Amino acid sequence: MDNEKLMSFVKKYTMIIVLVLVTAFFGWKTGGKLFLPQNVTNLIAQNAYVFVLATGMLLCILTGGNIDLSVGSVVCFVGAVGATLMQKNWNILAAVLMMLVIGLAIGVWQAFWIAYVRVPPFITTLSGMLIFRGLSNVVLNGMTVSVQNETFIKVFGGGANCYISDLFNGKDFNLTCMVAGIIACVIYVAIQIGNRTSRLKKGYEVGSFFGMLARIVVISAVILVFSYKLAQYKGIPTALVWVLIVVLVYGYITSKTTVGRYFYAVGGNEKATRLSGINTNKVYFLAYANMGFLAGLAGILTIARMTSAQPTYGQNYEMDAIGACFIGGASAYGGIGTVPGVIIGAVLMGVINLGMSIMGVDSNFQKVVKGAVLLAAVIFDVVTKKANKNN
Amino acid sequence: MAKVLLEMKQITKTFPGVKALDNVNLKVEEGEIHALVGENGAGKSTLMNVLSGVYPYGTYDGDIVYDGEVCRFNKIKDSEEKGIVIIHQELALIPYMTIGENMFLGNERGKKFAINWNDTHGQAEKYLNIVGLKESSRTLIKDIGTGKQQLVEIAKALAKNAKLLILDEPTASLNETDSKALLDLLLQFKKEGMTSIIISHKLNEISYVADKITVIRDGSTIETLDKAKDDISEDRIIKGMVGRDLTDRFPKRPSKNIGDISLEVKDWTVYHPLYTERKVVDNVSINVRKGEVVGISGLMGAGRTELAMSIFGKSYGHNISGQLMINGKEVHLKNVRDAIKHKIAYVTEDRKGNGLVLSNSIKINTTMANLEGVSKHSVINSEKEYAVAVEYKEKLRTKTPSVEQNVGNLSGGNQQKVLLAKWMFADPEVLILDEPTRGIDVGAKYEIYCIINDLVATGKSVIVISSELPEVLGMCDRIYVMNEGKIVGEVSAEEASQEKIMSYILKANN
Repeated sequence: MDNEKLMSFVKKYTMIIVLVLVTAFFGWKTGGKLFLPQNVTNLIAQNAYVFVLATGMLLCILTGGNIDLSVGSVVCFVGAVGATLMQKNWNILAAVLMMLVIGLAIGVWQAFWIAYVRVPPFITTLSGMLIFRGLSNVVLNGMTVSVQNETFIKVFGGGANCYISDLFNGKDFNLTCMVAGIIACVIYVAIQIGNRTSRLKKGYEVGSFFGMLARIVVISAVILVFSYKLAQYKGIPTALVWVLIVVLVYGYITSKTTVGRYFYAVGGNEKATRLSGINTNKVYFLAYANMGFLAGLAGILTIARMTSAQPTYGQNYEMDAIGACFIGGASAYGGIGTVPGVIIGAVLMGVINLGMSIMGVDSNFQKVVKGAVLLAAVIFDVVTKKANKNN
Repeated sequence: MAKVLLEMKQITKTFPGVKALDNVNLKVEEGEIHALVGENGAGKSTLMNVLSGVYPYGTYDGDIVYDGEVCRFNKIKDSEEKGIVIIHQELALIPYMTIGENMFLGNERGKKFAINWNDTHGQAEKYLNIVGLKESSRTLIKDIGTGKQQLVEIAKALAKNAKLLILDEPTASLNETDSKALLDLLLQFKKEGMTSIIISHKLNEISYVADKITVIRDGSTIETLDKAKDDISEDRIIKGMVGRDLTDRFPKRPSKNIGDISLEVKDWTVYHPLYTERKVVDNVSINVRKGEVVGISGLMGAGRTELAMSIFGKSYGHNISGQLMINGKEVHLKNVRDAIKHKIAYVTEDRKGNGLVLSNSIKINTTMANLEGVSKHSVINSEKEYAVAVEYKEKLRTKTPSVEQNVGNLSGGNQQKVLLAKWMFADPEVLILDEPTRGIDVGAKYEIYCIINDLVATGKSVIVISSELPEVLGMCDRIYVMNEGKIVGEVSAEEASQEKIMSYILKANN
């Protein structure tokens, strides 16, 4: 492979390479503890909210580097209301729906000002951050409300036993989980090959066969190793199911639908988008309304995991989500970024968190490292853009 | 003979793909008013940008000799230190600062960390007196009219100890009284020994103030006329500006098949979106037939783009009135989507700013105005989308390795083709092409012309807005001439000539 090819390979897969290196580094530093089945499981369960919020945040960032600062407070507020309702013996389904509706309503409220009155998103969501943090305190009276409903906790992946039960009754090894992993691999391979043959049949250009094979092998291996690790512990955490649903649905929307395309267009060139007959106000509206909805879901996941609601929950969640997006290659100017990229960003943040926790690094110092990683990611984005322009 | 203050020798400046200036020579004597004339894009502003250091030394070839020494300016500050001050066409004043603050912006009185506001306003008022502006230097810029703002710009230039004043279209946005006052001010400066270079399209003004006139055409100096010796009548200047011949730079259309009127506007009036009392398009009535190429000629700022965009689903302007008829039926287009539905397309003059998403691929840009065409229930059929992009890439002969290439990586001509592809895929009946060949090389221009001919051959209507007279003359069946928001002339291809169009424009200015 000549130099130029190597460079473009490195450029294309930078974040994946960084992820591998960082993982290897922490694997070495923790003496392999990072790869223990329980830690792999924790990586998902602890960071479920990051995946959910970052997916929503991606849409906001795509519209032009705009962010939503209010998500942490919205998570807390939705959780506070939900926990209170459940304490009042509301039906679980009703309470969950109520939480999602509240999240969506908050999103719509902020989206209206941003999209149709053009209040800058930074200001609108900064005010949302204050308002809903304050209201959470009011709802909870400044106290902790515990969540005791077992079904709720199990479905949304809290506590110690929130895993999909093994249908095969494996003892130390969760066969269901392994089977699910294998099925996922088969589906992935089938889609890849199907796409390729269909394109070949119609005479369209396709990437190199070797490239596809390499991709299939790597991704299948990752899925299989991952399911194996989960199976060795307790199986599929229920939180993972929610994360997967969100990631798959939004991955599809952003890459395959007209609405998804509009987010990229608005961020890439809003004037050109408007002159192409697309209602750009609506695009902003959808981005922020949707962010509220996903913050509602993240609120549910958070109180299920903590089995309680407290006025301090959700602090800095917005920063985790924003960080995951930028580390995952979203452009600070908008128009560029993908859901798979965001997943990588979120996993990278998760690995750094988990690795440092296992190593026993002081939590203040952990923040320093995370901040540095975020800055490095955005510097990289800006510098490569400049390099492209000079060409 | 007076001393030569400035001599620009053999200046050549190239932009990627375009030679903007080709061995230009300019000689300006001390104490004269020297006019630069030429069509849009002839290279006047580029030449002044070279002089003032906007394009630093080393990015052009040739020498600048000023006041007896060879100068190498790296930035605007360098040329200003020598007393060369340029006043750009677009006023560079900050609306929410006072006159005084604006005048000394970047040139503050007092110390770096202690601005002396008394000096600032005291000196500002001294210069305001010189230019005859009776305003307090503490007035905000936004509160004074454009005429007065232009005077502030001049006062600002004087505050920099200008010895050579360059004015780029100083009267473009002024009314007659203000223009006259400004020109008289220049004449008064001349008496006091100031040298000025003025760029203007208004030939009557030039005849009024200029001692010498240098004509630039296609990036080369054509001639310098001296008021004392030569004939400097408007006709003489126009001849110099446009005197070039049309060879076969334009593809012939084999057969013309012109049908019924497809689009017509009547009494179309549009007001400026910000300055709501200013008419940008004034009572315009035009039409275009099926299979016809109609040109709209005029200078920059004549209101052509504004006319086109206001027709295109009210995407520009305020308080739009008039009738819009498509195939004889009156329609009301509320927004761009409506316009596209009624099969109108507007291909913008600013392809990077308003036309393309540079960070996206050719494929994505091609389908942007008609995503419905490649999707079902809002789900994009990526194979169909790819096929469409390839089809148009081949049809328009866009040079690119793949339709997955980002549009930002293409040359101007190929970007223009992608932009055309985008609007052709929206399947319009009427295409309004705004400066379709701006900034692209001759070969690509020819291909764009072929595309236009192919479009009308299939019965579509094309309106071409262009500042290049040869292009309008070479391509169009009928030409409207627009100036200051009004249609000031309509000529058929047979009777049209560059002189005729230019004189429509310039006479309307008088």
